[in-house]
Amino acid sequence: MIAAPAPRAPPTTTAADATTPVKLAVRALDAGFGATPVVRQLTLDVPERRVLAIIGPSGCGKSTLVRCLNRMHELVPGATVGGSVLLDDHDIYARDVDPVLLRRRIGMVFQKPNPFPTMSIRENVLAGLRLTGALRGGRKQPAIDGIVEQALTRAALWDEVKDRLAAAGGSLSGGQQQRLCIARALAVEPEVLLMDEPCSALDPIATARIEDLIHVLRERYTIVLVTHNMQQAARASDLTAFLLHGELIECAPTERLFTQPSDRRTEDYITGKFG
Amino acid sequence: MVPSELVLGVHGRALRAAPVRERLVELALLACAGVSVVTTVGIVLVLAGESVAFFREVGLRAFLFDTQWTPLFSSPRYGIWPLIAGTALTSGIAMLVAVPLGLLAAVFLAELAPDGARRVLKPLLEVLAGVPTLVYGAFALLVVTPALQRVVPGLAGFNALSPGLVMGVMILPLVASLSDDALRAVPMPQREGAWALGAGRVPTILRVVLPAARSGIVAAGTLALGRAVGETMIVAIAAGQEPRLTLDPRVPIETMTAFIVQVSLGDVAAGTLASRTIFVVGAALFVLTLVLNLLARRAVKTAPGGGS
Repeated sequence: MIAAPAPRAPPTTTAADATTPVKLAVRALDAGFGATPVVRQLTLDVPERRVLAIIGPSGCGKSTLVRCLNRMHELVPGATVGGSVLLDDHDIYARDVDPVLLRRRIGMVFQKPNPFPTMSIRENVLAGLRLTGALRGGRKQPAIDGIVEQALTRAALWDEVKDRLAAAGGSLSGGQQQRLCIARALAVEPEVLLMDEPCSALDPIATARIEDLIHVLRERYTIVLVTHNMQQAARASDLTAFLLHGELIECAPTERLFTQPSDRRTEDYITGKFG
Repeated sequence: MVPSELVLGVHGRALRAAPVRERLVELALLACAGVSVVTTVGIVLVLAGESVAFFREVGLRAFLFDTQWTPLFSSPRYGIWPLIAGTALTSGIAMLVAVPLGLLAAVFLAELAPDGARRVLKPLLEVLAGVPTLVYGAFALLVVTPALQRVVPGLAGFNALSPGLVMGVMILPLVASLSDDALRAVPMPQREGAWALGAGRVPTILRVVLPAARSGIVAAGTLALGRAVGETMIVAIAAGQEPRLTLDPRVPIETMTAFIVQVSLGDVAAGTLASRTIFVVGAALFVLTLVLNLLARRAVKTAPGGGS
């Protein structure tokens, strides 16, 4: 059950080739709070097993967009959503979709690490399985240990915590906590991983570790990475989407977007003229 | 920017006047704080002094090991346990009512109720806490006991059950309101973390929110228990005046507080042994509450923080 850390893939930044199937397709998405629109008529494709970075100035709707992808946005009182999001060609906003079950397929990591403070490191990793009742059938202890080890290994945290799995999740450093949250999300075996500014509360070294981890994770998962850090988008993603005032301005392979943006506003933003 | 002369204190007058005024305010505040400290110390001293005088005559042995409490009889007995049993019984019944219902109410208010409903319900619940306990006592004696007598065989006119239940209703708002605050203090990202893992509302509440609010909920329970143990009027009216070492909720009993009322209202002369019983029971009540508080504090500290 031990997953050997996947060999680091050469960064293939020109990943938007036509052969890659689309994992998530956003179609004419509108989202907002009450009467205030935040995301407007947004259409966007996320190819399978690629990293899509979403950049844009504060308040441009990055977080709202990403929270629409696992139907977390609608949990905020007063939130509105329209349009559709297709996961493997099936609309996640269709009537027959249970958002609770959907979220098991689309994991999420938040801005600030939020490990469960009353649980140990081990229990934090297993939290998703326990919360969803997946462990209730009485799986054998070695199998559960295997799940814990695999998730922590994939989140590049195993070596640091393997001798203190019973310690509180909150006893880890900020960067370790965030990797614990990634392990927690991976233990549920999602297909897509949404990361909402996962490094905004971390120091540069911890940030670098998470970025390395993203490189490895894209072997298995489709990743949507929201970031306010353009260097991070450039380093960690295959594709980059630039949002402004809730609208998609441009989405292109990362290298191209940063070297030859096709829209004037993208160029202004990445060269630091505003934002 | 703050003008530099203010920072450096060049305008001497403005800065020199302040310390005197501040000293005065400090002293006034200290005096206010002092009043409560002095009062507490005074109460403890009086309780201790009268208790020592009591034990000189009666002895700690009889107090702790006798099973009868009949200090006003011609052949007095001074075993404290019947009174403690009465208090434990009524408070226990009250907690059995207040903790589950209060916690459910808090979960509803904090996690499930729409904002509008909460704005109406919470103040309504808190009105319950404002009902005078005399009304609760009369209600227990005149309404609840007769009603219960129809369903509980052998229920006496004075009993522990009826005031216990009514006391539970009385402390329910306290449990609900404080637990609601504790649940609301759990940061939203904790819930979102669980939801994002594909957890439904109920598992999230049970496994994430309630454990995170544990210490606040235990504090709410402790405060409620303190109220129940110290509650006087309801039990004085509806529980009877017969100290009895029993856990049968159907028969008349007497709680520690009800005994203090009984003696205070009677014509016992000050300075007699009988009058000292008030203080010794008061001291026992004080110790009991203190122990409960310490136990609750320990429970919060040593509760499982995770483990496997």
